[in-house]
Amino acid sequence: MADTYFQMRDLAVGYNKKVLIHDICIDIKKGEIITLIGPNGSGKSTILKSITRQLKLIGGRVLLDRADMQALTYRELSTRMAVVLTERMKPELMTCHDIVATGRYPYTGKLGILTGEDEEKVEAALQAVHALELGHRDFNRISDGQRQRVLLARAICQEPEIIILDEPTSFLDIRHKLELLSILRNMAKQKGITVIMSLHEIDLAQKISDRIVCVKGETIYAYGAPEEIFKGELIRDLYEVDKGFFDPCFGSIELAKPEGEPQVFVMSSCGAGIPVYRKLQKENLPFAAGILYTNDVDYQVAKLLAAEVVTAEPFEEISRDSFERALQLLEKCERVLCPGVKIGNCNRRMEELIRAAEKMGKLKE
Amino acid sequence: MSREEKAPGAPTNFHRENLRRRARYTAVFAVLLGAFAVITVVNINSGNVAISMPDILRIIFLGDGPEMEYNIIWKIRLPRILMAAVLGGALSLSGFLLQTFFENPIAGPFVLGISSGAKMVVAIVMIYFLGNYSFVSSYTLIAAAFVGSLLSLIFILLLSRRIHHMATLLVGGIMIGYICSAVTDFLITFAEDSDIVNLRGWSLGSFSGMSWSNVQVAVLVVGITAVLTFLLSKPIGAFQLGEAYAQSMGVNIRVFRVAILLLSSILSATVTAFAGPISFVGIAVPFLVKQALNTARPLVVIPATFLGGGVFCMFCDLVARLAFAPTELNISTVTSIFGAPVVIFMMLRKKR
Repeated sequence: MADTYFQMRDLAVGYNKKVLIHDICIDIKKGEIITLIGPNGSGKSTILKSITRQLKLIGGRVLLDRADMQALTYRELSTRMAVVLTERMKPELMTCHDIVATGRYPYTGKLGILTGEDEEKVEAALQAVHALELGHRDFNRISDGQRQRVLLARAICQEPEIIILDEPTSFLDIRHKLELLSILRNMAKQKGITVIMSLHEIDLAQKISDRIVCVKGETIYAYGAPEEIFKGELIRDLYEVDKGFFDPCFGSIELAKPEGEPQVFVMSSCGAGIPVYRKLQKENLPFAAGILYTNDVDYQVAKLLAAEVVTAEPFEEISRDSFERALQLLEKCERVLCPGVKIGNCNRRMEELIRAAEKMGKLKE
Repeated sequence: MSREEKAPGAPTNFHRENLRRRARYTAVFAVLLGAFAVITVVNINSGNVAISMPDILRIIFLGDGPEMEYNIIWKIRLPRILMAAVLGGALSLSGFLLQTFFENPIAGPFVLGISSGAKMVVAIVMIYFLGNYSFVSSYTLIAAAFVGSLLSLIFILLLSRRIHHMATLLVGGIMIGYICSAVTDFLITFAEDSDIVNLRGWSLGSFSGMSWSNVQVAVLVVGITAVLTFLLSKPIGAFQLGEAYAQSMGVNIRVFRVAILLLSSILSATVTAFAGPISFVGIAVPFLVKQALNTARPLVVIPATFLGGGVFCMFCDLVARLAFAPTELNISTVTSIFGAPVVIFMMLRKKR
């Protein structure tokens, strides 16, 4: 395991000697992005505070490049690890340049006077987060998104091997979230900087992380690659939410589906049904969907939102059973919606179904 | 290309920004030094006894002149001016350190009750020593003031563990101040000593009656402490971003916190030991200096605050001496008149 860079060995963390989470064992390679997810108050911040030495470890060890982190001086640690914290900083009379320049702290002399080289590094760090134009602005008078970028520039300016960020995307709008995460990814992949962070947005966590740590209860609930974590019921159990809120396939998040006997039947294919599903969900009308091939994009959403989905095997003809079931549902429902179905060789039975609905006088546009 | 990225003339270059700032710092220091010189001259030149300018120059630089005038200049006015400068600087610096520590611009040795704590212990020690030995050394008084400062400070720190709201903490400090002042008044009222008049004047704050040996001690103690503070500019700057960030930059927070508290206590203790409690200087001066410099960077703010505090106290002392001459005002009366409005202005601005 030559390229393991950051290790947590049997870590126990908590406040005032009271253990909150124990037996944390995680190995991280250089240049990997690790994301901590979990419900509020699960202890994500506690873990991050412990590995940045803001909190004393209660048990276990943290190894940084095989050196025990507790044995490093704060100064040594500061040249390797930079942080972006949640707590609001309220500096007095400081421009963004000044804030970023504090990242040079470990490298400047006794009085902290910046050299020309330091000044250039400050500019380069701002450039890296696309915030060069913010440099001369007062740090207290920029937006949250800008502030977060400047703080990231500050961390970059510290030239660390590892950056730890506590919920860096909170308060940011979607554009700035994506921007921040793509900057992190570039940093990790191009410069080999290891990133450990906590995120609330599980959909984003799935897409950016190399590994995911699920924090819940007294131990690490799950740890692994996103493919392993975003599978089956794990996420649902982690956040203790009811059925159908998270689609691990696309990482999309849905509100709970309308419960009860289906009142509307939706016939669709190839994505035409999705806007209809959402509309019905907002009106809180339970609905059935069908007949959907399980490889149809409508199916992915329908299975989260519909009270019942009638399905067919991909590339096969629609089975007798499915057709019968769809007919039953048609009869029970008050309305039938057909936002668009593509009819091909295999799904001729859909045509029959549409005709049946017309005959019943239930088909509405 | 976004709209912000063009405009090549915009002041985006860090190097240029720093050059411009250095020019501003230089200007502020020049103004402060100029004010220092002017006030020193005016101070020497004014008083109940008028002395002509040629006489003053002769007395100071050649060391001869009429006996009475010579004594007034050398034994009364000069030590007093120097003392006002040194102690004013010390007080302002102490305020700056406490503001950094408590992350609040309205913290200071007077409002937190630290000056009053020092005053109380000094009064006790003074009454005891004058009663038993009829003599008390400057160092003993500084030590007593230091102990008193620390007592108040420890109390404030205990309070700050339970009270996280800064305004409430300040009210706590003011209450401590009142209690200590009440105890001091009580002691002075019942002290049976001929020095009691002196003691009363001191307990209200004054730069009068300073001797050269006082000046020596004050310069030594304040000088060393101020230099040490200056050498801590870098970690103080890191601490301004908050404790957690400071630590991530390599500052050993526990050691640093203790150092800051000790330094600020020594500074305010020295002031209290010699001149009694002086209000508002510790808050108003650092604020004004930071605004003038347009930065909070300790490397420049520390020397500028020291100088500014000296100028401010010399000026206030001048007013105290001359405003209702021959009656002298307490120094705190004058510093309050000039300092309190600044503090009110600060609070109004913060609300906005």
